[in-house]
Amino acid sequence: MKENEQNTRRDFILDMVRATGIAALGGFMWSAYVDEVTASTLLLRPPAALKEEDFLRTCIKCGLCVEACPYDTLMLATAGDNKPIGTPYFVPRDIPCYMCPDIPCVPVCPTGALDESSVTKDSILDVNTIDMGVAVIDDNSCISFWGIQCDACYRACPLLGEAIAIKYEKNDRTGKHAFLKPVVVNDVCTGCGMCEKACVTEKAAIFVLPREVAEGRAGNYYIKGWDKEDEKRLENASSIKTTTEISKRSAMDSLNDGLEDLYE
Amino acid sequence: MSILWNNYRYLILRRFTQISLMLLYFGANAWGWTILMGNLSSSSFLGIIPLSDPYAALQMFAAGAVLSADLLIGAGIIALFYMLLGGRLFCSWVCPINIITDASAFVREFFNLDHTQKRQPSTRSMRYWVLAVSLIISFALGITAFEFVSPISMVHRGLVFGLGFAWAAMLIIFLFDLFVLKNGWCGHICPLGGFYSIIGKFSLIKVHHNAQNCTGCMDCKVVCPEKQVLFMIDKESLPVLSGECTLCARCIEVCNDNALNFSIRNLTKKQTIGENNENNE
Repeated sequence: MKENEQNTRRDFILDMVRATGIAALGGFMWSAYVDEVTASTLLLRPPAALKEEDFLRTCIKCGLCVEACPYDTLMLATAGDNKPIGTPYFVPRDIPCYMCPDIPCVPVCPTGALDESSVTKDSILDVNTIDMGVAVIDDNSCISFWGIQCDACYRACPLLGEAIAIKYEKNDRTGKHAFLKPVVVNDVCTGCGMCEKACVTEKAAIFVLPREVAEGRAGNYYIKGWDKEDEKRLENASSIKTTTEISKRSAMDSLNDGLEDLYE
Repeated sequence: MSILWNNYRYLILRRFTQISLMLLYFGANAWGWTILMGNLSSSSFLGIIPLSDPYAALQMFAAGAVLSADLLIGAGIIALFYMLLGGRLFCSWVCPINIITDASAFVREFFNLDHTQKRQPSTRSMRYWVLAVSLIISFALGITAFEFVSPISMVHRGLVFGLGFAWAAMLIIFLFDLFVLKNGWCGHICPLGGFYSIIGKFSLIKVHHNAQNCTGCMDCKVVCPEKQVLFMIDKESLPVLSGECTLCARCIEVCNDNALNFSIRNLTKKQTIGENNENNE
């Protein structure tokens, strides 16, 4: 320090640049890691959880929902689970959500990552408005689709006959029996997973997936013209007209373009 | 027995609070106790009073999360508590990682590694850089950056809810502190420690040094995990004003000359101003 008075400014700048460099490198690796571990969308979250993206930034990982769950359904992801660490999730094949009418796991959430208002109807908690995911059936491994009678999932469903219905079909193979095929009604299913738990096959033929993963989306440009409710979407619809070089003129002019010299 | 108590009284008290807090959290999950539920990130005291980690709340704010009333109240209570009593009280009296890094420092001392490895290759202000980077990443990615890597919550959550691979984090910190950098995690890297250093800058409880009693044995500097805060030893009668002091009180215990003691900030401040005036002017 003493012998190099003129070097202190140089040292200071060098130190700052080095620290910035290390911070940038470390920050880059850190964000790459965090981005990677939060990329999974295949987890089933507790009732009333926000959208995965919002849930990940709002959940403080305190485990109060886990402690409130009387069935030990909910778990916190630990290191080595390859899931966003510390966040609550459940595996219905092990322990499904038993749909407590008072939903004890939700009001205890301190941060609102479990949003009480999303499961409240007419200012009381309504367990049937929960949306944790949707049950999906693999009709290849479901023995009901083979023609063997099994209605385990249908019987296990807390919304019996509403979330899972039984569709009767003629079994052409035998000619005298019926198929009793389970059908999930997506809009009603809460994703509790009691069907998955009840399923008799070795690996469940009916299983719950997050709605984002299980469902497609038709998009705004398809409307059910035969459905009065759906047609209402047209009322406030606006159209976008794109004008390009060739669409400035009428279609007819545009099609006849370049033929002028024929008449000369 | 009285020597044991005299030389380790604060250490024993600290381990007692650390372990009993741990036990209360563990009991909440395992046996349904309701005194302290949750974990160090956020908890509920007696099922009514919310308590939250203010640094986690800050990251959530940076990430653009909607902050609930409970979270703000909880983080406010904790922030105010440490603001008044001493920011890094958390580090040495609550945090479970402290037990690991203290063990590391003990082994280091026992095998005399400090004499072989004198030069510390890193700066203690790194924690403030890590703190800043964590907030930048939180903002950029919309995610609470430190909460997804924090060995503190990983270990504490692990001990309450099931450990998983969190034992590896414990082992890595132990070995890092032992072989790579003395007081490496708590004293150089941990952004939570940095956060509490800033919060506790103006807290009331401080360690006070009385230079008249000091014989200059430097035992306090040997045990101190944040040596730089004890720059006044054997030189000036000053309170340890740096927020980086963890109030672990090891210096008070090892001092045989009654040259270090806890004191309330404002009282000692007046004294030191008076002394300085006498000495300097």
